[in-house]
Amino acid sequence: MKKSVKWILNVVMIALVVLLLIFLENNKSDQGMLISVLQKGAILAIVAVAMNLLNGFTGLFSLGQAGFMAIGAYTTAIFLIPVAAVDGVYYMNGINPGIKAFKEVIETAPSWLQACYPYLALIVGGVFAALFAALIGIPVLRLKSDYLAIATLGFSEIIRALLSSPQFDTITNGSYGLNKIPGFSNLLIPFIIAGVCILLMILLIHSTYGRAFKAIREDEIAAEAMGINLFKHKEMSFVISSFFTGVAGGMLAMFMRSIEAKTFSIALTYDILLIIVIGGIGSVTGSVLGAFLVTASKEWWLRFFDQPQTIFGWEVPLFRTGFRMVIFSILLMVVVLFYRRGLMGTNEFSWDGIWNFIKKPFTKKKTAKGGAAQ
Amino acid sequence: MSFTTFIQHCLTGISLGGAYALIAVGYTMVYGILRLINFAHGDIFMMAGYFMIFAMVSLPWAVAIPVVIIATVILGVAIERVAYKPLRTAPRMSIMISAIGVSYLLQNLATYLFTALPKAYPTIPLLKKIFQIGDISASLVTFITPVLTIALVIGLVMMINHTKIGMAMRAVSKDFETSQLMGIKINTVISMTFIIGSALAAVGSILYFTDRMSVTPFSGTLPGLKCFVAAVLGGIGSIPGAVVGGFIIGICETALVALGYSTFSDAFTFVLLIIMLLFKPTGLFGEKIIDKV
Amino acid sequence: MSENVLRLENVTMQFGGVVAVNDLSLEVNKGEIVALIGPNGAGKTTAFNVITGVYAPTNGAVYFNNEQIISNHPQGNMKKLYKGENLGKFPHVMIKTPDQITHLGVARTFQNIRLFRELSVFENVLIAKHMRQSANVFSATFRLNYKEEKQMREETQEFIKILGLEQVKNDKAGSLPYGQQRHLEIARALATQPSLLLLDEPAAGMNPQETQELTAFIRRIKDEYNLTVFMIEHHMDLVMEISDRIYVLDFGQTIASGVPDEIQNNPRVIEAYLGVQQDA
Repeated sequence: MKKSVKWILNVVMIALVVLLLIFLENNKSDQGMLISVLQKGAILAIVAVAMNLLNGFTGLFSLGQAGFMAIGAYTTAIFLIPVAAVDGVYYMNGINPGIKAFKEVIETAPSWLQACYPYLALIVGGVFAALFAALIGIPVLRLKSDYLAIATLGFSEIIRALLSSPQFDTITNGSYGLNKIPGFSNLLIPFIIAGVCILLMILLIHSTYGRAFKAIREDEIAAEAMGINLFKHKEMSFVISSFFTGVAGGMLAMFMRSIEAKTFSIALTYDILLIIVIGGIGSVTGSVLGAFLVTASKEWWLRFFDQPQTIFGWEVPLFRTGFRMVIFSILLMVVVLFYRRGLMGTNEFSWDGIWNFIKKPFTKKKTAKGGAAQ
Repeated sequence: MSFTTFIQHCLTGISLGGAYALIAVGYTMVYGILRLINFAHGDIFMMAGYFMIFAMVSLPWAVAIPVVIIATVILGVAIERVAYKPLRTAPRMSIMISAIGVSYLLQNLATYLFTALPKAYPTIPLLKKIFQIGDISASLVTFITPVLTIALVIGLVMMINHTKIGMAMRAVSKDFETSQLMGIKINTVISMTFIIGSALAAVGSILYFTDRMSVTPFSGTLPGLKCFVAAVLGGIGSIPGAVVGGFIIGICETALVALGYSTFSDAFTFVLLIIMLLFKPTGLFGEKIIDKV
Repeated sequence: MSENVLRLENVTMQFGGVVAVNDLSLEVNKGEIVALIGPNGAGKTTAFNVITGVYAPTNGAVYFNNEQIISNHPQGNMKKLYKGENLGKFPHVMIKTPDQITHLGVARTFQNIRLFRELSVFENVLIAKHMRQSANVFSATFRLNYKEEKQMREETQEFIKILGLEQVKNDKAGSLPYGQQRHLEIARALATQPSLLLLDEPAAGMNPQETQELTAFIRRIKDEYNLTVFMIEHHMDLVMEISDRIYVLDFGQTIASGVPDEIQNNPRVIEAYLGVQQDA
């Protein structure tokens, strides 16, 4: 396929997505479910790609995603809760006076700064997650794969315990969680942020550093013999991945409007793992696709499994609360056991791929005919 | 803190540690043989809790206990057959993901079948009998747990050191491929590992939940992770190590709760893990492995 | 005395109670091809691993271009366990990681091929260029280093052409035939621009014809890239034909060294390889 054709197709696709989003933005009330699925999908897509950067491209099996999301989410939430709502949110223990004073200063800031403020909060959330990752990366990244998994999982639990501990009540509001977090003003915004984040990660993966990551994934000893400093590159991948995970955590806080430490339990990490397994470990487009598919089926398409259904007066057995998640986990096991490569394997979406896929049945026929003629 | 409360806390800690030790043995054995963190082990333990609830509805406790152990063993072996066996040649990450998948499935299945609300754990009258020594009062289970744990583990170690299947297990844990070439039936050995691990988890679950009094679909997750940490602490692959690790974690956790830091008691386990991995990654009783280049 | 590129001084490597390399001293001079031979388990690969920083030696020092790059003496638990000699001769501790050694200009191949199997031949060689590039992670992500990147790709392309891997450059490294995988591993090591090349059994598993080709190939790259070659090898035809000097290792110790003819007739070497005749 020609390069120019591909360009046109790309532009058309992006335009279609933007038009769809604008349409949805103007019909918010009718399409509530679709909108919320798309937003959540976009947010999880960032986390999934970030996790894939670690697990699929650097070969580090890390299970700390929920913890880094929690850092991002709490940071962003603390920055964004408006002064007027503060007393209501922290009704139990009151808010740290320093934070309140900071918020009051921000209220009086010039309007351009106020417009940027949510984005800055997201970035700060990401930076905090990245800093924390840098700190724990020093001991943890020297460990072998399965110890790394359990240690990162452990850290994510430690973060959760710290966030809900009474000692930090005036900052994190302890076990009461945070609410009244301002949301996105426009449906397009989470998509633009997600697009930028994922694009940055794609650029990184295709850069010389991305190649070094892949070398580490393939063979650590050989990579080291090629002059690649293992610790430095693993730490880099870990910190960058955590930054984007933190940003996505902040976005999740803005999307959900209220968060508590429980939101960021191990189950959240498993959900994201599920996305990258279904999408294909080592494929960015697979992760993005997986994020939307998993979110849509979980929150929307498979909802009917949770309700008792009657078809022609016959009540379908088994359909009640929780059945959806059972189906979902069986689906995951089927993918893990029989389609280990997931949807995309390590391949990426490309127009050539689609074109070949469409062409395939026809070319097959041709050769079959040729064979018959002989 | 008075001396009595101190002793009381010590007893609780040792008892909790005993239950942890039993679960940790399951982790350490599976890891020793398959090099797999069996993330589903904690959920097998949770399922054993539910089995007990249902068994006790119609059966007396003396019958219910063996039934629960058998049911748990069947579950453990079935999981190995369905979810781990097909992936034996797959990359490590795939098997680990499969284990996480099973854990996810068991939790969701339990939520579906038994709802997410805590279910009351039946009381076994004998275990709940209160003993009074001076000012200290504790139920029998508190005393039985450590004793039973030690007895079971000694039996297990004897089995591993003195029987044919035990020797096969040791061989497989040293070198998977070579032992296969030596005519050891790998699948039998692995099944045996899961049978022992699950049976111990079932016993552990009875002891643990008798103290806690309720089960939820998620009550296996954290104890599961803690017990894995216990196994790492003791040196993964070492059975006495797992027992020592289990007791350390059980006692430390109780101590933290007693001192009023209950929110940190879960996190502390992982702090311990990280300290251990930093200074002695092979654990207390683990062997050092040198990577071949 | 000619200028030596690599010098090992009393290197001892002990794992627990097992002494793998014992008091090994050797020199590799500029422009030479030196072979390290010996029966299986003699400690050859361990010696390589010490030179390349995979293991820190228990005792002893390594010099590269007459500059000390590695030095160590028994520490901690090893103080009690140490069975070797020369205690106290190396008070200075200098330990380097393998990537630092590669940066100095020492490249290696592995006994059991270690390619980046899922990556293409082109990428395998391109990755070797990573350590000599100057961009940081931000400038690389934002493609501010596009000139350098372009140059790296061009050099790799050129390099692949010279080494005869042009036809397979887009194939996965793991899918290449065995002989070509060995070639690629050497090519990848060369792409790090070393001055000393360590080859660990480059002809292992090759048939006589492939071994012939490999011999010619090693000669060619040595001249073309101005290299010094130090290699472990079991194929005696290759060793005798190509090497300027040979060191023989047995049970971790040097039992002989010299030019090929001397080695061929050395009774101790024959003994090490064939065992002692009982009835002689």
